[in-house]
Amino acid sequence: MKVTRVGWKRYINGVNFGVVVVILFVMLPIYWLVISSLKQPASLGATPPQFFPNPLSLANYRDAFHTYGFGIYFRNSVVVTVVTTILVLFFGSLAGYGLGRLPMRGKSAILITLLIISLFPGIAVVPPLYLLERTVGILNSYQALIVPYTAFNLPFAIWILRNYFQGIPKEMEETGRIDGASPWKIYWSIVMPQALPGLFTAGVFTFTAAWTEFLMALTFNNSNNYRTIPVGIALFGTPFNIPYGTIFAASVVAVIPIGILVFVFRKSVVSGLTSGSVKG
Amino acid sequence: MATIEMSNIKKRYPNGADVIHDVSLAIADGEFMVLVGPSGCGKTTLLRMIAGLEDITDGDMKIGDRRVNEVSPKDRDIAMVFQNYALYPHMSVRDNIGFALKLKKTDPGEIKRKVEEAAELLGLTPYLESKPRQLSGGQRQRVAMGRAIVREPSVFLMDEPLSNLDAKLRVKMRSEILKIQRRLGVATVYVTHDQTEAMTMGDRVAVLSKGNILQCDTPQNLYDHPVDQFVASFIGSPSINMYSAQLSEGAKSIRIGGEYVELTDVAHISHPNLASYANSRITVGIRPEDFELVDKGTPNSITATVELVEALGSELLVHFNTDAKAVVVEGAKDEEETILEASGAGIARVEPRAGVKAGDIIGLRPNPAVMHFFDVNTELAIY
Repeated sequence: MKVTRVGWKRYINGVNFGVVVVILFVMLPIYWLVISSLKQPASLGATPPQFFPNPLSLANYRDAFHTYGFGIYFRNSVVVTVVTTILVLFFGSLAGYGLGRLPMRGKSAILITLLIISLFPGIAVVPPLYLLERTVGILNSYQALIVPYTAFNLPFAIWILRNYFQGIPKEMEETGRIDGASPWKIYWSIVMPQALPGLFTAGVFTFTAAWTEFLMALTFNNSNNYRTIPVGIALFGTPFNIPYGTIFAASVVAVIPIGILVFVFRKSVVSGLTSGSVKG
Repeated sequence: MATIEMSNIKKRYPNGADVIHDVSLAIADGEFMVLVGPSGCGKTTLLRMIAGLEDITDGDMKIGDRRVNEVSPKDRDIAMVFQNYALYPHMSVRDNIGFALKLKKTDPGEIKRKVEEAAELLGLTPYLESKPRQLSGGQRQRVAMGRAIVREPSVFLMDEPLSNLDAKLRVKMRSEILKIQRRLGVATVYVTHDQTEAMTMGDRVAVLSKGNILQCDTPQNLYDHPVDQFVASFIGSPSINMYSAQLSEGAKSIRIGGEYVELTDVAHISHPNLASYANSRITVGIRPEDFELVDKGTPNSITATVELVEALGSELLVHFNTDAKAVVVEGAKDEEETILEASGAGIARVEPRAGVKAGDIIGLRPNPAVMHFFDVNTELAIY
């Protein structure tokens, strides 16, 4: 006989148990990160470990911003990441639309080239890019990172957006043409609104990639004024002192924007990734 | 309000495929013209050429008195309804219907008035603020119609607008579209692969096959006087029965399978050319309703074995088999239909209370006055 459970007990089942396990697995390190950032240095390595910071302290945050100049890194990261994301979405959507819709020779060659670019190991391109940027004279600047970030994130964005555009019925654009809309108007008023989930997906991925990129940021910008968050945090330590608390605090601040982005756009991101594979 | 005139229209794709060979067709103002044919016959391409969505390789396309070959779609003063409706999912019904007017920079009050007028006509008033995804299939179809109507175009183009609807709704929308078209009096070109839709809606119907118009006429004339085997078997449901046959005693009688059917004078008067086929092989076509159910062995009848009886209430469809050799016209019927048929198969439409059942051996007497005859080689009708 099947027992119908009432009240909170009806939520006890295998699926929910699995969900809880996964959530704990993902959340515990983040929880540890957050509480550690609120501890005083002495409580950090305490035995037994403190699961609730006592006393609570914002000293680490103050240190990160005042002593270690985290504000500069944060500003640099925001500039580089936001500009990169905007550029990637602008070029990516136009290129994706062209490759997805317009009659064009050599489409597959272009798409395969893009795929190859995105599969290129980052470490292999850093030395030549360094020489290139040195010759051009843009080392230690925002564009030193914005240009390569845009280049390396574009292929993925183009692929995602192309798939998205292909999923939009052609007849919608044709109706637009008959109704008297210009190509630009069709693109903006008819195609783009329907490709928004695709844009969000590409945007979130680009943002995350640029926000967390380390190797190029470390190599191309070694002036403190242009360092981004990942490099900044990594260089907090000195041979004599590793300020764990400050690193935790800075990391929390670094995680927040990505957390917000993914949380806000989570539905779109999933639908953007699956579009093209599932019709309807 | 305008006429459409196509002269010697041709369409060749860059890869060399000829999809429209040489089509000339004139559509009168206010006429409801249906383009019908099996898939791949070029009917949709032709419609898209009228719309300006496909280039015209050769020939002249005129809307009204203007040659429009090089005119862009928006300047042709047409409106088109697509099979999948192509509604903009992010806009409300109101915005969908009013989009074209907004593009024309029509005064907002005027847009509101026209959109509401169209919604009233189509019964969409309660749904004006809904998004397309909240509507049923039939309502979406009406929004697509509304979008076409508000522009007050001089030509309506419709590409299988009903084929995404279920059977019942399709029949209902058929008459609604006709009513609206009659009311607005705008020349309409309607593409479908469904011959019933073509017959019931068209003032005239153009039957296309392989990029050519085989025949363009009123539905009744298509049915009664098809120009060739293809049109004969494409139009009519159930399809016409076609057998290979032989004229004998000159052209006095016709041998279908092992049996002879006398051709009365009426047949000769309406088909004077039949005499020139004396004693030769021809193809004979008999509509299902042109059989009379008689006892087996009755003179001038074909002996048939009943395979299956479909009782439709108002009539019986008797699926039978004979010793005659059936002629199958390529492309005119659905493939599944032809695979299932035995070589001498046919369908007769008889009285509902005839008491025929599967396994019976019956006689079927064709009416010579309404028989169709076709040349074996050219497949053209003999009149």
